[in-house]
Amino acid sequence: MSDEILFELKNVAKKFVKGTESIAVFDNLNMSIKKGDFLAIMGPSGSGKTTLLNLLGGVDKPTAGEINFDGKRVDTLSEGQLAAWRANNIGFIFQFYNLMPMLNANRNVELPLLLTRLGKQQRKKNVAAALELVNLSDRARHMPSEMSGGQQQRVAIARALVSDPKLLLCDEPTGDLDRETADEILGILQLLNSKFGKTIVMVTHDPQAAKYAKRTLHLDKGQFVEKDLAA
Amino acid sequence: MSSLYLVFKNLTRSKLRLFLTLFATFIAFMVYGTLTAFQMALNAGVELSADDRLIVVNKIHFTQSLPISHFNKVKSVEGVDAVTHLNWFGGYYQDPQKLFTMMAVDPESFLDVYDDYVLTPAEAEAWLKNRQGLIAGESVARTFGWKVGDRIPINSNIFSQRDGSTVWDFDVVAIYRGKDEQSDSNSVYFHYKYFNETQSFGGNFIGWMGVRTTSPDKNEQVVNAIDDLFANTPAETDTMPEVAFNKAFIEQIGNIGLILTSVVVAAFFIILVIVGNSMVLSIRERTNEIGVMKTLGFTSPAIFRMVLAESVAIAMIGGLLGLLAARGLIHLISNAPIQLPPLIMDGTSVFKAILIMLALGLITGIVPAVNALRLNIVTALSRS
Repeated sequence: MSDEILFELKNVAKKFVKGTESIAVFDNLNMSIKKGDFLAIMGPSGSGKTTLLNLLGGVDKPTAGEINFDGKRVDTLSEGQLAAWRANNIGFIFQFYNLMPMLNANRNVELPLLLTRLGKQQRKKNVAAALELVNLSDRARHMPSEMSGGQQQRVAIARALVSDPKLLLCDEPTGDLDRETADEILGILQLLNSKFGKTIVMVTHDPQAAKYAKRTLHLDKGQFVEKDLAA
Repeated sequence: MSSLYLVFKNLTRSKLRLFLTLFATFIAFMVYGTLTAFQMALNAGVELSADDRLIVVNKIHFTQSLPISHFNKVKSVEGVDAVTHLNWFGGYYQDPQKLFTMMAVDPESFLDVYDDYVLTPAEAEAWLKNRQGLIAGESVARTFGWKVGDRIPINSNIFSQRDGSTVWDFDVVAIYRGKDEQSDSNSVYFHYKYFNETQSFGGNFIGWMGVRTTSPDKNEQVVNAIDDLFANTPAETDTMPEVAFNKAFIEQIGNIGLILTSVVVAAFFIILVIVGNSMVLSIRERTNEIGVMKTLGFTSPAIFRMVLAESVAIAMIGGLLGLLAARGLIHLISNAPIQLPPLIMDGTSVFKAILIMLALGLITGIVPAVNALRLNIVTALSRS
């Protein structure tokens, strides 16, 4: 893991307004993620894990504070700028895979590349490489409905990887899988981190899954408690 | 893969819904195409009216006759270039149900005033020479299988001959075409002299007159001069521009234009509701997918355009197929053995239809497209 900081949250607050009531999820939250880190975030339901992931992924904005990515502030970007920033820097992996049901594995993986300037042939090569990395080349032409949950999640990982993002954000990536398949998926994530240097932030309820990360942050009442699993 | 491929895959994901939506649009544009052709045919008389032509009818009603002496007097009115007279015959061939427009005319002056009928000089010559000769429009000739040289018996449901017979024998001397695609080619014209000498109702009356003025600027002057000429006579006249006469004639049937427009508007309104509802449901079902696309980096305007492209594609595909079917239907109707004015679907109608398709696509797509545009990623993903 490098000493360079990829993500930095400074005094971040996030409040939701429901009717006349204002609910604070975070207040004065600070954290930093170094390049090459594999971070697991755990915590009870409603502790704000997914909200944190949304803030890191630029799909939601903080009520106060600032978020810096690679030295640049991102919380002040417009919606369009954030979309471009996400396309260039972030890969998302969801609990329920969220593949496009009308596209086969190839096309699903190719989807983020439509936002790049890559030509058709280059896109094809990148898609093939991403599917090979998750060991799914033989299923390239299969539709999501023709694949198991584990295979679908591997397609989702290939989709997240294909545009070579700096950061992978995983929201309960094994939450819908059996133990054996979950271990396969986590093994792939671990490989991406150790061999390809991808920075990974994973939200999970599963302590077994968290063991694959380099460190785990426990989120409780808007504050972190850090435990270094490698230690 | 491109954005268009995504639009295509989204369109075809529910085959049944796509088929039903396309079918509804198809029907609406088939109705539009066919009714527009009918409306154009009805209006053709008005559209193709010559600016320099007037019609002179009996002031009491245009079905009342005029004495033939009026014809000779009108010739000498200042500003009149040519004048002819016409008489409704009420002709039918073999089947009394299959009436067609048949008129007794003075051939020489008729061809002079009405240059809408295309005849070769030889055909015109042959008609002028043969008192029992008739010229038939190509549409009516096709319907009854007539060809030049045929001798045919035609009945009148109004007049009879002096021997009591209602049948007149004619020689088909020419088949005329209309100068314009929409020109009337359903009529038959024959010699007034042949009619006048053989019919038993008493002669020397005419139905109405067609007048060509020296210039459209002279129309008003000629109208007043003709009506003044016959004022306070037993057969007073009502002279009007040909366009006004044809318009009044069409309006006698009823406001066909309004009826046809109402049918078309109703059809489009129903389509608007069906396709609009279908699009709203389709996009609502894809809330999560739209959220995922936005998460991946697709911008809201890009998704807005894709949704609009879907609704426009439905309107265009269904609409163009509908127009194609309307064209086939018009061809079938035109070739059927029934007397109808020429039905055509011209470039303007097709252009208007394409504009309607675009408008329909944009209107039906705008609500779901705006919903997709405004959709918040967090909200969209939380619905999965």
